[in-house]
Amino acid sequence: MKGDFAMDDSVKIISLQNVSKVYDGVTVVDDFNLDVTKGEFVTFLGPSGCGKTTTLRMIAGFEVPNEGQILLNGQDITKLPPYKRPVNTVFQRYALFPHLDVYDNVAFGLKLKKVPVKVKKRNGEEVIKMKKLSSKVIDEKVAKALKIVDLEELEDRDISTLSGGQQQRVAIARAIVNEPEILLLDEPLGALDLKMRKEMQLELKEMHRKLGITFIYVTHDQEEALTMSDTIVVMKAGQIQQVGTPSDIYNEPANAYVANFIGESNIYNATMMGKKLVRFLGTTFKCVDDFPTNEKVDVVVRPEDVELKRIGKDKKITPEIKEKYADKLIGIIVSKVFKGIHYEYVIMKGKNEIVVQDTKEFNIDDVVLMSIGPDEIHIMKKELTKNVFTDAWIDKNNRLVISDCVFECDLTQLLPGSSLDDDGYLISKEGKKYDLNDADVIAEINLDKIEILDHNPENDENKGEIISIVYKGDHYQVLVRSQEEEDFVVETDYSWNENDIVSINVLPKDIKLTLKGSIDKYEIQ
Amino acid sequence: MVKKIFGQTYIWLILIFMYLPVLILIAFSFTSATYVGQWSGFTFDLYSALFKNKAIMTALGNTVLLALSAAIVSTILGTSGAIGAFYLKKGWRKAFDNVTQIPIVNAEIVMALSLTVLFVFLQDYVFHTQLFSFWTLLIGHCVLCVPFVYISVKPKLQQMDPALYEAALDLGCTPSRALRKVMIPEILPGILSGFLLAITLSLDDFIITMFTKESSFETLSTLIQKTIKRWPVPPEMRALTTIIFGCVVIAVIGITAYQYYQSKHKKTHAQGRVG
Repeated sequence: MKGDFAMDDSVKIISLQNVSKVYDGVTVVDDFNLDVTKGEFVTFLGPSGCGKTTTLRMIAGFEVPNEGQILLNGQDITKLPPYKRPVNTVFQRYALFPHLDVYDNVAFGLKLKKVPVKVKKRNGEEVIKMKKLSSKVIDEKVAKALKIVDLEELEDRDISTLSGGQQQRVAIARAIVNEPEILLLDEPLGALDLKMRKEMQLELKEMHRKLGITFIYVTHDQEEALTMSDTIVVMKAGQIQQVGTPSDIYNEPANAYVANFIGESNIYNATMMGKKLVRFLGTTFKCVDDFPTNEKVDVVVRPEDVELKRIGKDKKITPEIKEKYADKLIGIIVSKVFKGIHYEYVIMKGKNEIVVQDTKEFNIDDVVLMSIGPDEIHIMKKELTKNVFTDAWIDKNNRLVISDCVFECDLTQLLPGSSLDDDGYLISKEGKKYDLNDADVIAEINLDKIEILDHNPENDENKGEIISIVYKGDHYQVLVRSQEEEDFVVETDYSWNENDIVSINVLPKDIKLTLKGSIDKYEIQ
Repeated sequence: MVKKIFGQTYIWLILIFMYLPVLILIAFSFTSATYVGQWSGFTFDLYSALFKNKAIMTALGNTVLLALSAAIVSTILGTSGAIGAFYLKKGWRKAFDNVTQIPIVNAEIVMALSLTVLFVFLQDYVFHTQLFSFWTLLIGHCVLCVPFVYISVKPKLQQMDPALYEAALDLGCTPSRALRKVMIPEILPGILSGFLLAITLSLDDFIITMFTKESSFETLSTLIQKTIKRWPVPPEMRALTTIIFGCVVIAVIGITAYQYYQSKHKKTHAQGRVG
């Protein structure tokens, strides 16, 4: 095997540059850029359909990117077929060859391999010939690989007689026996039960340490990613959200999506009140991140980082308590679950929910004081505060068209004091007439002004799919993607499910329009 | 009790109904009388006469040659078609599946007639030369057999993990080697049963053979048809039918025994190694 674990930090083994993949007009991987250091354990983490497996398949060579390059040790392998890459894959459902036994499965790659061998010709001249491995060498390598995965005794068993866990090990042995430079693992533990999975996580980590080769691992399980990886790549809708060590990703999530995906977290809308002061849940806290005053931000507080103190009971927040703890965060415990090492409480402060893990026991209906240290408040730049569509236009019925979605809108806002006549022309105060058919506009819609409705199959207008949901204390932030891939970010009080098909609606008064260019060019006589 | 006796009698009646004609034929293959029904004493004369009958032997040779070549060609075509279709996009695959199934339900006479029309057209307007030969016959039989090979291979492909092919590429196989080393072994049972099906279909085919063969070329079915037109049926045919029936029985027993052995072998194999 590739011997010692001492890795050179500067060696990039694989590098993905501006890689994009489109299937049937849908962008699955979008401008993906990543460098992987030699010997690293890298995990692509994200929900199903986020493009992580597609990215892995492009590294393996099963897919060719539509755009961008993949470099292996600095050489372009973008279009190299899989059988020429020094990369091996452990497949999701193992993909073992059922007609071969364990030994032949593991030896499969070795039997195909040719290595340069020095051969002495009759005249004494030495030439290098490509020769197949001898069966003795193959035997040794297979035995070694089976030993690594702890299956020494099962060499001549039929694949169908093995348990899921054993098949998994054969699949790993079959890949590592070829001594690849990179081992790709596509949700390899997905089909195993919880206990088995935990064991295999540790074993895989141990194997990685021993073999010293680069592992690229794909999973949707954040815990798995945190346990095993050196580097985690969090993905969403084909794009990288954050690259970092497990602790970076956990403690310093780049945005609300990452925070929500990694571990349990409380995420709130907040406002910067001054230098290193942030206000959320009706309370001002000291914090360590510096953002401009008055900027709207997202804050993340991990459940284990909130400290509780009982200050009353039976839901009674008396005037004394109110006075004593003015501008402190107090709430009422509404649920309590024992989790072994700690209790998990849900605490309500007004309409907001705070999840807290604490080893101390409190009772439901207790009034508690919650203190959060400045270090425990992680502030993230808000992804966006409103939806801005720069490619919108007006159709002949004076409606706003955003990609494949059409909304009624109020055109009179484009010209103060104007009105619409019976034929749909805009009439200015001075009596000038404008035909805004096909006018290009910029439309802005606040997040909370978009309404999500159950999709009505009889009316296919403004149909979209829910791509992601982030819970923000008292509301959800939902990403709705239309069929033409326009994204609408919506804040709603109602809970939806990912992959729900919905339709969206906006009231005309909630759409702010700005005309691109001067209105004069739309004037008609 | 009465019910049981009644049930058993019923089964025996059906079996007799099915096998009596063959059994009578077999019995009368051992007597040399011209007409079935006359018994002129036990003899193997018909068998020796059979092997001396040049016409029948040539027809037998033709039939076997045709069946083997048609089966080989249609197995290759049908299998590669099934593999190709398996990797098509879903809509196309469905369409392809349906198109290939039409010949199975289609009346054979329609197929035979359309082939003849095609060959006559090509002969008269394109090649301007005599086309009907062994090759037209082979094409006709392949048209008959390919859809059957296709449907026996398809379920095996569907049972196969589609990632196997990629796994083979990943481990260093070129696409053609992955096909040979992984996919073909995986779907081999389907290919074999398709091959056997093709042989059987071709062996006893009459309609397509009659329409697409050259007039001097005879297979067993066309020879028998030709000779029974001139009554009586040559008595050697009784011996030939007996031999064919014997071969079929041996083949069936052989396959059953093999399957039995395999399932039993696998079971002990598995049990012996658990733990």
